[in-house]
Amino acid sequence: MQHIPILRMGELLLVTIQVDMHDQMALQLQDDLTVAIARFGSKGVLIDISALEMVDSFIGRMISDISGMARILDAATVLVGMRPAVAITLVELGLSLPGIATALNVERGMALLRRNV
Amino acid sequence: MFESRTPLNVALDEAPLRSDHEIVLARQMVRRLTQELGFSLVDQTKMVTAASELARNALVYGGGGRMKWELLDNGGRRGLKLTFSDEGPGIANVEIAMTDGWTSGKGLGMGLSGARRLVNQFEIDTRPGAGTRVTITRWK
Repeated sequence: MQHIPILRMGELLLVTIQVDMHDQMALQLQDDLTVAIARFGSKGVLIDISALEMVDSFIGRMISDISGMARILDAATVLVGMRPAVAITLVELGLSLPGIATALNVERGMALLRRNV
Repeated sequence: MFESRTPLNVALDEAPLRSDHEIVLARQMVRRLTQELGFSLVDQTKMVTAASELARNALVYGGGGRMKWELLDNGGRRGLKLTFSDEGPGIANVEIAMTDGWTSGKGLGMGLSGARRLVNQFEIDTRPGAGTRVTITRWK
């Protein structure tokens, strides 16, 4: 099973999804991230999806679930880099990712997390 | 029928949907087909996303199936028609299954209803015990 790499930067975790994930890989990321948050006592998670050409309901749910699990583990999540075509499609699909903090790019996402940590 | 001018004119016009990996391959195929047809980036993304939802339904609820594709040309207007079929248990009440938020338990319940919103034409043919076939079309 291929894992999505999780980078640790001080109190933050950084995930850049660079591949067209199959469903099992998305679930694995959820597991890996929650384990990493607990292990390192991370206060924030940044998920960069700028390379993703598509977000469907499964990946949308994974993102929502990660954000919820992280919150329970006392970490904030910021989703960054969503492509405009993906945002348009996601909303039309019926998912507006309520409750998920977002930022336009990694830089702004990091700034947002650092303010909250 | 639209005549393909590029190497995409493959002999195959269907792909199996039996694993997570084959869902990924199916959406990559839809991406290539929509690019070939000259769809805008937003339209490509909508068709790929709808295909991903329906491919997953065929796998998760239908126990696996296949996706067929057809390139359309209606008086110069090009389109893509995709058919997802499985031999699974079928859907007893399609109207309810098409409702936002309805789920048989494994998903968000946005798959069918969401996919319908992303395409121009949507048809579903299903009966309990007789499998499910969903056909979607999007025009350029």
